[in-house]
Amino acid sequence: MPEQPPDFLAHRVGDSVAVAVRNLTAGPARGAHLDDPGTIEVTVASDVPLGHKIALTDIVAGADVVEYGVRIGVASTDIATGDYVHTHNLRSARWHSSVA
Amino acid sequence: MAQQRRLNGYRREDGAVGIRNHTVVIPVDDLSNAAAEAVAAVVPGVLALPHAYGRLQFGPDLELTFRTLIGTGSNPNVASVVVIGIEPNWTARVADGIAATGKKVASFSIEGNGDLRTIEQAARAAAGFLQDDSERTREPVERGEIMMSIKCGESDTTSGLGSCPTTAQAVDRWVDAGGTVLFGETTELTGGEHLIAERCVNDEVRKRFQNLYDSYIDIVERTGANLLGSQPTQGNIAGGLSTIEEKAMGNIAKTGTKPVVGALAAAEQPASGPGLYFMDTSSAAAECITLMAAAGAAIHLFPTGQGNVIGHPIEPVVKLTANPHTAATMTEHIDLDVSGLLRREYDLTTAGDQLMEVIDRTVNGRLTGAEVIGHREFSLTRLYPSA
Repeated sequence: MPEQPPDFLAHRVGDSVAVAVRNLTAGPARGAHLDDPGTIEVTVASDVPLGHKIALTDIVAGADVVEYGVRIGVASTDIATGDYVHTHNLRSARWHSSVA
Repeated sequence: MAQQRRLNGYRREDGAVGIRNHTVVIPVDDLSNAAAEAVAAVVPGVLALPHAYGRLQFGPDLELTFRTLIGTGSNPNVASVVVIGIEPNWTARVADGIAATGKKVASFSIEGNGDLRTIEQAARAAAGFLQDDSERTREPVERGEIMMSIKCGESDTTSGLGSCPTTAQAVDRWVDAGGTVLFGETTELTGGEHLIAERCVNDEVRKRFQNLYDSYIDIVERTGANLLGSQPTQGNIAGGLSTIEEKAMGNIAKTGTKPVVGALAAAEQPASGPGLYFMDTSSAAAECITLMAAAGAAIHLFPTGQGNVIGHPIEPVVKLTANPHTAATMTEHIDLDVSGLLRREYDLTTAGDQLMEVIDRTVNGRLTGAEVIGHREFSLTRLYPSA
């Protein structure tokens, strides 16, 4: 394919996180939304393994984290654009006794 | 493209269509496993389905075990059945339930005979069945006659990006062809259960779905336990999934876009015509697939991320992954690698075409990876402890 493979993919425009589709090292990265032809660029703050998430926007503690166009949890700390997002800063809004 | 490959399957006495032709020995209870396995040992080619339960169960839990054992024997991938139980009454109940399909069934009980006499008698019956079943032939069948089930496992974010949407392609095409597809994994809808409720075809189905979902969540919450660490699993978390809601969205992605025409209890046969059905199941792979096979599903699609190795004794499990590491390191388990979706080498329609080809070849007799290496997980779901 003439197109360069993406570094990360987001499900929908408006999602606050995207998924690394290869092992990423800190620095500039290029990706796309599955539902939009455009390219998006983010500076990744730290190494992110394949399948793990990065923030596409700043998310304040307590705010919804959106993927697939729906809430997948809430930020447990402030998250900056390009940050690695996983259980250390994202928790379920549904399992009430969740302690992550 | 390549939509009209010719399919050949086994049409059973009750009209149901299977894609395999197993002669099986079903123990009614744990005590009868030894005899069932002995029959399979002296008549190679016969498949024993040992399991851990069947004694002192009562109420809905007992009914579920009967439904599962009878449904498994009734599955169209099964040609004929030998049933062995410790005592005659429950043994007859399972045997009669299977015989209602018109299949050949022989049943034996151990009390008053002992294992060795039972094994000899059952082995003679099994040998006759196997020989007869070996002459059954495939005939042309339609896609819509073959019941499909879907469930994902050891999911990661590549499941939601690649293998689950690819599965959705096959689900939509199967339903369009007049087929029936089962999905389940009740707790794993959490965070997206409203999306399933919205797709229910009418208020009655929606209410039944919501009741099944709420009851399951109630069971979890009444224990006071925390599903964190179980949903998502440690494997899910290692693969990048952070919350149950995120996992649920990947799970739901594989159900496609069709309306949900029915909400089924565990192992309940779909009875509202063709289409996409929800079934109330555990999200544990062996339990879930066992229940779906007991409802009549003949082929299972299993998207995986980190690499679940599940198989089933009678329902072939087709595995696909979009995780390039899993595709590279677990080749014997993976029937289709769609990791090119992550590199955008092809689109979902193309991945769907590739999956349909694998499905059609599996229907026609190609062994899945799990069949080749002998993965035969058969696990009964329990609703509460035995008396």
